[in-house]
Amino acid sequence: MSLAVSSEGLTKRFRSGQVAVNAVGLAVPAGSVYGFLGPNGSGKTTTIRMLLGLIEPTAGSSNLLGTTSFAALPDVGSLVEGPAFHLYLSGRDNLRRLDAADRHADPATAAARIDEALDRVGLLAAARKRYRAYSLGMRQRLALAGTLLRPRKLLILDEPTNGLDPQGTREVRSIISGLAAEGTTVMLSTHLLSEVEQICTHAGVMHLGKLVAQGSLPALRAGSETRVRVETSHPAEAGRCLEALGLKDVSSADGEARGLLGDLAPEDIVAGLVRAGVPVRGFAVERPGLEELFVHLTGEGFDVSG
Amino acid sequence: MSVASLAGTGRFFRSELLLIFGRRRNWLGLAILAVVPVIIAVAAKVNAPGEDEGGFFGGITTNGLFVALAALSVELGFFLPLAISTIAGDAVAGEANQGTLRYLLTVPVHRTRLIAVKFAALVVFAATAVLTVVGTGMIAGLLLFGGGKMTLLSGTEIGFWGGLGRVAMVSGYAAVCLSALAAIGLFVSTLTEQPIGAGIAVLILYIVSQILDTIPQLSAIGPYLPTHYWFAFGDLLRDPVSFNSAGPGLLSAGIYTLIFTTAAWARFATKDVTS
Repeated sequence: MSLAVSSEGLTKRFRSGQVAVNAVGLAVPAGSVYGFLGPNGSGKTTTIRMLLGLIEPTAGSSNLLGTTSFAALPDVGSLVEGPAFHLYLSGRDNLRRLDAADRHADPATAAARIDEALDRVGLLAAARKRYRAYSLGMRQRLALAGTLLRPRKLLILDEPTNGLDPQGTREVRSIISGLAAEGTTVMLSTHLLSEVEQICTHAGVMHLGKLVAQGSLPALRAGSETRVRVETSHPAEAGRCLEALGLKDVSSADGEARGLLGDLAPEDIVAGLVRAGVPVRGFAVERPGLEELFVHLTGEGFDVSG
Repeated sequence: MSVASLAGTGRFFRSELLLIFGRRRNWLGLAILAVVPVIIAVAAKVNAPGEDEGGFFGGITTNGLFVALAALSVELGFFLPLAISTIAGDAVAGEANQGTLRYLLTVPVHRTRLIAVKFAALVVFAATAVLTVVGTGMIAGLLLFGGGKMTLLSGTEIGFWGGLGRVAMVSGYAAVCLSALAAIGLFVSTLTEQPIGAGIAVLILYIVSQILDTIPQLSAIGPYLPTHYWFAFGDLLRDPVSFNSAGPGLLSAGIYTLIFTTAAWARFATKDVTS
């Protein structure tokens, strides 16, 4: 499996002495949609800046599309830390400027490509408006249009749905999914777990500058344990029964009992409960979502890392 | 460089010029530059300066071209350096401040190419600023005082077209001096993300250089100051053309340009872009 993004020991120590990124080894498979997760301040953006050659790593190295960052960049569309354009230029003129800066872009097709990109993000009607007058959502869309000026093999998107309304969020996710379906590898940094669950095939979790987990979503989920939950009028009895059946970490509380499923089959547990005469009102197998995994790994949920 | 890549850079360069000349603020700046020669011409018409008056002012009523030269020597003292400082300070720091720098670099634009295009655009702006002053000066002067023969500083009279040639040489000299200031500004602009701060810093450097040049005790360092030869363009209005000061002036501007464009490149090539 070839990697669209890879890094080894990627480290950034700022002049202040703060280690923003610590020995990160990314492996983003070609063709994947890779969710780069982490609380705000965990080093995601600094990592992305190093991948794109905006800042020099203190140690380690990285590759995009199997080559150096600068050589790969024509095939890479990127969005870093929010949109940024010239305020007094229109949306279309801002894209013209980006396209003009691209020595590999064909000037003959520039107008058509720019309009196509604007159309794809739903900005064609507002193309002549000054960027100054754009709402945050429109600005975000324009930045996305900037990454679509030519076909890309890899998109590196830092918080692409930031500032969008629910409708805009859905549209942007559908654009990203569409690009991924065409074969573009997408690396998407986000602090929104739902975003990862909806559109990603792979994920990496950053915490305090370190990559604490990485892999395909099923593999990541497999790393955490599945629980069963029994709803009953006799929780203590149910708890004892679960223990007798071999479940670990059993707890019983108000109207329910829980335990780790382990290697047992859920149907055997239900049969065991019924045999023991425990009145079962409800039974559920709970596979932990990414959220539990995320909280488990970062130990803090969505707070800002210092 | 291949032809295709040169053409690609040409497109980026035109885009850079559009950015500078498409901005209302810069049009306003050029308009202010254009007002001064008009004021000079009108004032001279209303109240004619005596023939013995210093500088180029004495010649105005005899030949309209002197309005352009008078305006240039007045504006070279403040308005032109102000304009160049502002635009040069904005060159990299402005893009960094807005965040557009990171999107240019990830296009990708090679950092060397970015610095080269930025400097080339600054040179065009410097030339345009000088031409604005000289152009409006000539139009206002010729309308109010007419053309004809020009009496050079050495006393020789030359024809109108010869005079025009001399004005063109003086304009070129001023543009070269201002380009050196632009190179300094470009370097300062790579040090910060505050375009206005960078512009002010460059203007202060210019003023300090001017002040140091007037202190007799510091005359030893005078020739090494970036502005020392700026007003030496009188050399170009002698017959024959003298290069006693204008020659070292061109050399000084060339060296300052080389040093500071190199410094800007060296600084920018390795800079972490965190804006």
